[in-house]
Amino acid sequence: MDEEEASLKITASKQVPVTGEAGKTGTWRTFRPVINLDACTVVKKQDLVCNLCWLYCPEGVVTRAIPPEIDLDYCKGDGICATECPANAIEMVREKEDEGYGNAPENMEELT
Amino acid sequence: MPEQMIISGNHAAAYACKAARVGVVAAYPITPQSPVVEKIAYFVEHGDIPDTQFIRVESEQSAIGAIIAASATGSRTFTASSANGLAFMNEQLAWAAGNRLPIVMCIATRALAAPWNVQTDHQDSMSVRDTGWLQLYCEDNQEIYDTVLQAYRIAENPSVFLPTFVCYDGYILSHTVMPVQVEDQDVVDEFMPPFNNHMHLADTSTPIGMSPVTTPNPILRPEATAPGYFEFRWAMQKAHERVLQTIQEVHAAFAEKFGRSYGNGIYKTYRAEDAGVLLLAMGSVACEARIAVDQLRAEGINAGVVSLKVFRPFPGEILREVVKDAKTIAVFDRGVAYGYEGVLSCELKAALYGAQTHPYIKGFIVGIGGRDIYPEHFIQGVKQAIAACDAGEPVTSGRTEWIGLHVDQLTNWEGRWNHGPND
Repeated sequence: MDEEEASLKITASKQVPVTGEAGKTGTWRTFRPVINLDACTVVKKQDLVCNLCWLYCPEGVVTRAIPPEIDLDYCKGDGICATECPANAIEMVREKEDEGYGNAPENMEELT
Repeated sequence: MPEQMIISGNHAAAYACKAARVGVVAAYPITPQSPVVEKIAYFVEHGDIPDTQFIRVESEQSAIGAIIAASATGSRTFTASSANGLAFMNEQLAWAAGNRLPIVMCIATRALAAPWNVQTDHQDSMSVRDTGWLQLYCEDNQEIYDTVLQAYRIAENPSVFLPTFVCYDGYILSHTVMPVQVEDQDVVDEFMPPFNNHMHLADTSTPIGMSPVTTPNPILRPEATAPGYFEFRWAMQKAHERVLQTIQEVHAAFAEKFGRSYGNGIYKTYRAEDAGVLLLAMGSVACEARIAVDQLRAEGINAGVVSLKVFRPFPGEILREVVKDAKTIAVFDRGVAYGYEGVLSCELKAALYGAQTHPYIKGFIVGIGGRDIYPEHFIQGVKQAIAACDAGEPVTSGRTEWIGLHVDQLTNWEGRWNHGPND
């Protein structure tokens, strides 16, 4: 681009929301959320009556749907959904290295 | 009909904000700035400016933070501060400039603590010199009103998009009442085009994030290659290099519309056309220097004043032209680049380096922390500068001369206390 044109066009540095800006952040995960559909209020009522997992997820990877689904490509495994779930329907399960995501050390349970 | 009011400099700034139809105001009180936002709060409270939102905040840092966010939504914004309040904004000032947000902010200039002092000098505004903001200085209350109006039109010009300080001396202008012509709203509306920012954060149809981590090098993406930090900072400097032209155009348009002018909008002169010795100063210092020039002329010394209105960007090439025929120039600084010398004098020396012809330069420090400046101080400095020039003394560098120093008055003072129990 011509310098004069560029100097007029360049103002503030901005970003637009895109999926995967920082790569597949699911690889950061140590614990994977697993939803017990038998216990999930939304599934039991067949209505969007709870969905706190969707509301609280800071990554926006939980769908507001029946049943709620979690995009494991980008779920970082922070466990907030499991903490917030009033039905205790979400369990955080330690990732296994051979399942493609996560790299929890063997003694993770001891650390936590 | 325009209205003649007898108002303080702070209130002149407030009336200018009202006329500019400012959208969002946030400020935290600090002497001597407070009355400007108190007056705006009064306007808001009384329904005089129904489209203005006044945000109450808990600190100066919050004030500028709120204003940055409001400006990023495309609203015309205003805040004001002084001294340590301004210093507390410092980190956010760089965000405002780096995001190219055309905020207008008044600085009722005041000495920076320590020691604590609420009187005027230019140390606060000089200390935020390199943040990327424009800096305009005023000599009287009418000039404050007129400069705030011009500042919006300069800052919001799409070739500029830079935040702007309008600086005026605390108390000397901020609290002194003078006649000010407050213009009709419809005439001001004609002068002020609507503000169209380069970013509208509140437009949720195209959500954007402001200032993500921006790498040193251009950022490669499939759809385009975006500028790196280096290019953003280069563009900000380029805007500063362009803005002197815009300032003169806006000033000319203002003069045509309202019939008032301030030199060429960059600097003002007083009896400088044939002057062999020039006095360079800013704000109320330059105002006082005009009186000294009359007295010097009466003594047969052909002196003149150059009052710098635009300090950032520093109009170095323009000043080269202005001072080229003078033999001597005495620079009177109300702020110190500690460890070097007066800020204006070192800037002027840098600007004149390499000029074909230039005067002998001597710098003086005056009026720090609100110490009164008298015409005799300028006369003393000018005579000293002429004598040094005539004697062929080399131009000093990194040393200062303070005029109006009173160490001679210290008696029975052992350096242990300043205010004792019996004071």
